[in-house]
Amino acid sequence: MSEITPSQTVGPFFAYGLTPDGRCEWRPSDVYHWKETVGDNLMTPDVSGERVRIEGRVLDGDGVGINDAMIEIWQADAQGRYASRDPRTRPNTAFKGHGRSATDKEGGYGFTTIKPGPVAGPNRGMQAPHIVFCIFSRGMLRQIYTRLYFADEAANQTDPILALVPKERRDTLIAKREMRGGEAVYRFDIRVQGKGETVFFDV
Amino acid sequence: MTLIYPKESLDVFPAHLTPAYKSTIKRSPKQPLVIIPHTLSELTGPVYGHDAMQEGDNDLTRQHAGEPLGERIIVHGHVLDEDKRPVPGVLVEIWQANACGRYVHVVDQHPAPLDPNFTGAGRTITDDKGYYKFITVKPGAYPWGNHYNAWRPNHIHFSLFGHSFLSRLVTQMYFPGDPLFPFDPIFNSVKDAKARNRMVASFDLDNTVPDWALCFRWDIVLRGREQTPMEH
Repeated sequence: MSEITPSQTVGPFFAYGLTPDGRCEWRPSDVYHWKETVGDNLMTPDVSGERVRIEGRVLDGDGVGINDAMIEIWQADAQGRYASRDPRTRPNTAFKGHGRSATDKEGGYGFTTIKPGPVAGPNRGMQAPHIVFCIFSRGMLRQIYTRLYFADEAANQTDPILALVPKERRDTLIAKREMRGGEAVYRFDIRVQGKGETVFFDV
Repeated sequence: MTLIYPKESLDVFPAHLTPAYKSTIKRSPKQPLVIIPHTLSELTGPVYGHDAMQEGDNDLTRQHAGEPLGERIIVHGHVLDEDKRPVPGVLVEIWQANACGRYVHVVDQHPAPLDPNFTGAGRTITDDKGYYKFITVKPGAYPWGNHYNAWRPNHIHFSLFGHSFLSRLVTQMYFPGDPLFPFDPIFNSVKDAKARNRMVASFDLDNTVPDWALCFRWDIVLRGREQTPMEH
C-alpha cells in the first residue's frame, strides 16, 4: 500500500508566500515582502507563438466569486513541447509553461502566455491545444484539475480527452476568443459547483 | 525514468466534500469527476532549479533587520516517491503564522501581534538525496470561524512539485502531541489514522542544536512509482 502524504487545504493566507506579487492584496504594511517564484506572466523574450491573455473568474456553488483561490496552469509551447529536465525533449527556449495566479476580490484571475500547440495523446493520436488547470483554495482540501480548450480549434472535434466528457458538459471546457486592443483574450470561467459546473478530471 | 501514478494511492486524501469543514460545502464539485488517461500533459510537470532561489531563502529568521520572536526551530526531511526513492530538485515552498499565531495577511485580523521581523515565507530545492531544510520559528495556534471556539493546531503550510503535475502537493505539517488534533476538522479530514499521522513531524533530538534550536523531522511522500513488470 502506498504511503503518500495526504493533501490539505492551501487555506486563505497563501498569497504572501506563493503569489506575493499577484492580484490578491495581502500586505498589512511595507515591512513585509517576499520574492515571487511563479507568476502570472509566462512570456519569455525567446518564446515564439501567438501571445494571448487567459482570463476568467472562479465561482462557488452560489455563483459568488472565490476571492482566495490560486490557479496554476501547465502547458506546452507553441510547438507542443513541455518544459522538461530531459535534454532530449526540452524546448530550446526559456518558456516554462507554468504559471500561477491568485484571484482578486471578485474571484478574477488572469495569465499572459502563448497559445500552446497540439501535443501527443494516447494511442499515437494527437490532442488539441489545451492548458491544464489546477485549482487550490480555502475550502478545497485537495486540488481540482480541469483543462482549457480553445474555441477556435477544429482539433477539439477529435480530441481524445474531450471525447470522454459528456457532450452537454463539453462547453464548460471551451474558452471563448475575443479581441481587445489587438490582443486575443480567451475567457474561461471556472464554476466549482452548481449550474454549469465545470468538468473536473479524476487523474 | 517513467513513473506511473496509481489512483488508489489517492484514497488517503480527504474527500472534496467534508461538511465538518464548512467552507467545503460550496467549494466542492457535485458532478462526478471525469476519468481520463494520463497523457503527456499530466505526466510532465513544471521544472524549477536553483536559479529560482536566493541564498538564505530557507531561513525565515533572517529576512528582516532583527530576529523574530518565538521558539527557533529547524524543520528538515526528505522528499520521496511512492517507492521511497529520494526526489531531487523539488521546489518546496512554505508559509506559516508567526509565533503568536498571526499571519502576515490583511484578512487575518485576530487580536495577536504581527512581528516586524517575521514574514513567514520560505523556499528551497531538494538536493540529490531529496533533502530539504528550513530554519524558522514555531508557529502559534490561532482561532478561526469554522465553529464555536475553533482553533487550528500549530502547522506549517507546504507546497511541493514532484516528477509531474500529478505529484503536485499542497499540504500542512503538524507538530507532535498537539492537544488540538481531536478538534480540528481539517486535520481529521484525512480519515485513515496512519495517513493522518504522516502529516505530523517527529521531534529530532539528534539534530537539535544545543543552545540554539529544536529540530523536527518530516519526510514527505509524493505520488509516483515505477511500473512493475506485472503491469505491462
